[in-house]
Amino acid sequence: MITGISWRNLWRNKLRSLVIIAAVAIGILGAVLSDGFMEGMMDQRVNAAIDNEISNIQLHNPDFLLNNDIIYAISQPEQYLEAIRELPQVKGVSQRIICAAMASTAAASAGVTIAGVDPEEEEKVSQISKSITLGAYLNNQQRIPVVIGKKLSDKLGLKINDKLIVTLADSSGTITYGAFLVSGIYQTSNNLFDETHVFVRAKDLGPMLGLTNQVHEMAIALHDNQATQEVFQTLSDQFSSQIKNQKIDIKTWDMVEPLLKSMIEMMTFFSYMFLVIILIALSFAIINTMTMAILERKREIGMLMAIGMTKGRVFLMIMLETFFLSVTGGIIGLLLSYLIVSFYAQHGLDLGAMGSGMSYIGYASTVYFRVNESFYVASVLLIGITSLLSSIPASIKALKLNPVEAIREIN
Amino acid sequence: MSIIEIHNLHKTYTDTSVPVKAVNGINLSIKEGEFTAIVGPSGSGKTTLLNLLGGLDTPTEGDIFIGGMNIKNLTSRQLIDFRLHHIGFVFQSYNLIPVLTALENIAFIMELQGLKKLQRHEVAMKLIKKVGLEGKENFRPGELSGGQQQRVAVARALASRPKFILADEPTANLDSHATEELLNMMADLNKTENMTFIFSTHDKRVMDKARRIVTIDDGKVVY
Ligand SMILES: Nc1ncnc2c1ncn2[C@@H]1O[C@H](COP(=O)(O)OP(=O)(O)O)[C@@H](O)[C@H]1O
Ligand SMILES: [Mg+2]
Repeated sequence: MITGISWRNLWRNKLRSLVIIAAVAIGILGAVLSDGFMEGMMDQRVNAAIDNEISNIQLHNPDFLLNNDIIYAISQPEQYLEAIRELPQVKGVSQRIICAAMASTAAASAGVTIAGVDPEEEEKVSQISKSITLGAYLNNQQRIPVVIGKKLSDKLGLKINDKLIVTLADSSGTITYGAFLVSGIYQTSNNLFDETHVFVRAKDLGPMLGLTNQVHEMAIALHDNQATQEVFQTLSDQFSSQIKNQKIDIKTWDMVEPLLKSMIEMMTFFSYMFLVIILIALSFAIINTMTMAILERKREIGMLMAIGMTKGRVFLMIMLETFFLSVTGGIIGLLLSYLIVSFYAQHGLDLGAMGSGMSYIGYASTVYFRVNESFYVASVLLIGITSLLSSIPASIKALKLNPVEAIREIN
Repeated sequence: MSIIEIHNLHKTYTDTSVPVKAVNGINLSIKEGEFTAIVGPSGSGKTTLLNLLGGLDTPTEGDIFIGGMNIKNLTSRQLIDFRLHHIGFVFQSYNLIPVLTALENIAFIMELQGLKKLQRHEVAMKLIKKVGLEGKENFRPGELSGGQQQRVAVARALASRPKFILADEPTANLDSHATEELLNMMADLNKTENMTFIFSTHDKRVMDKARRIVTIDDGKVVY
């Protein structure tokens, strides 16, 4: 019956309770939605980075990572290729020849990174072929095709079938030139990437650089990013002698982009911080409401203590009331959050004008929300803890009541 | 056999500018089944005496024996339990939990005592009938008149099957008709249930109903 009393007591001052319930609901909604937004944004950033830029796992010559010079290549890549392709988790392996170059037209020029790839293999690893918005990918019949990003095409004023002159240094250090025809223009969510990365065929780029049977990067795409660590372990074990002899280096996407990884961790941390701060703010409101409620009911509580209600039961009664007050709001907030997060997880939130700025630094302009289950669990637990702690001041007030004095106020 | 023995009871309030001897050497014994009115003008010490008797307050000096046991020897925790199981309380007002119905208010004290739900309901329903509130068992206190609320309070006091019931000015907020009804009902319960009642009043009409009158003034029994 104490549970019943607490629940009914909650509704004695409907407006006051509803204000707190609404405040808790809105607070939780805010915390969950902001987490959903941030996690969604990070997901897309990570997926885009994996799909277009990094892939899941990369192999390099360790020296290439220190100094992007074309002489630091992986020799005899086929010794790795077979073993990697055999792994069931692997979707594809793209062998890339990578070098820095100056891309120019008659009118302008820009520094770019050229990747020479096998078009078919690259298609399994990166999304570039699917991101073509104009023209065609590398696997057409054109003589010496190049695929460039939308941003670079704008910058250099390039259209399909225009000629792009590439200036680069070959393996002996001699400056050479090459002419490519723009076969396609791609666009990813990362404008900076689009501006600086161009793709050509390895069979065109290799001879220009004087490289035979050498690649700079082996990009491995997996069917599922969850398997990254597992595959990384397998390969590390399998190629342990080559790794020891400094022939190759294996890195997972988060090792290649540690900033991305730490950004995810930071965002998660901020989400929890935000939740805690909101709950602390709410706890003050809850404490205030409960203390007011108890002061109004001094005589009633004094009467209950007089007729034989123990302090423990008085405490329980107040604690339950505080619990109902916070948890009702919490449940409403979580349900609303869940619905809204599900909606935006499916349909995405279009950031509109703001989104174009975001996409320059690699974030999609439409965000598909995602909230980790653990964030929901943490919310539930923290709401519970908040309600428990918030009930203490009011309970102390009640327990300090002297029944004789409380009752005397009656007469 | 007397169920209450009061020996040389004193209560002096010292938190005031001048110490107030609210109860100043009272000796009194009350037998089982008595229907006793504590009478005296306002400020004479009635409430203080009943609070001491109910174990709500501690005397400055003297002893109270209830059923032969000196309640001074109880710890505060034991005292709460003692009140719950052995003393019925009726106050002037704010007797009931506003969010519970009449029936639930009566059942509540039995829940505190640890009785089973079925039994609680059965006893509470019987008491509702006994105090003449049949049909009103699902009313909340706010929907009942002052007299009806006091009857629920008496029923609640009875529900705990106490040794005696203490009622401090139970009729102070009632009109003369409701006062008469409540007193008649209490007198009736005193007879049929052999329940010991000790109530305070400064109302002449209430005194007429009492079978024993203890008059106090300035914290002393006058006669
Ligand atoms: N808590 C208290 N502190 C100081 N004086 C008190 C307190 N309670 C009662 N008194 C005083 O004790 C005397 C007796 O009061 P009370 O027992 O309430 O009398 P009654 O119930 O007969 O009106 C009064 O003079 C009153 O002012
Ligand atoms: Mg009084």
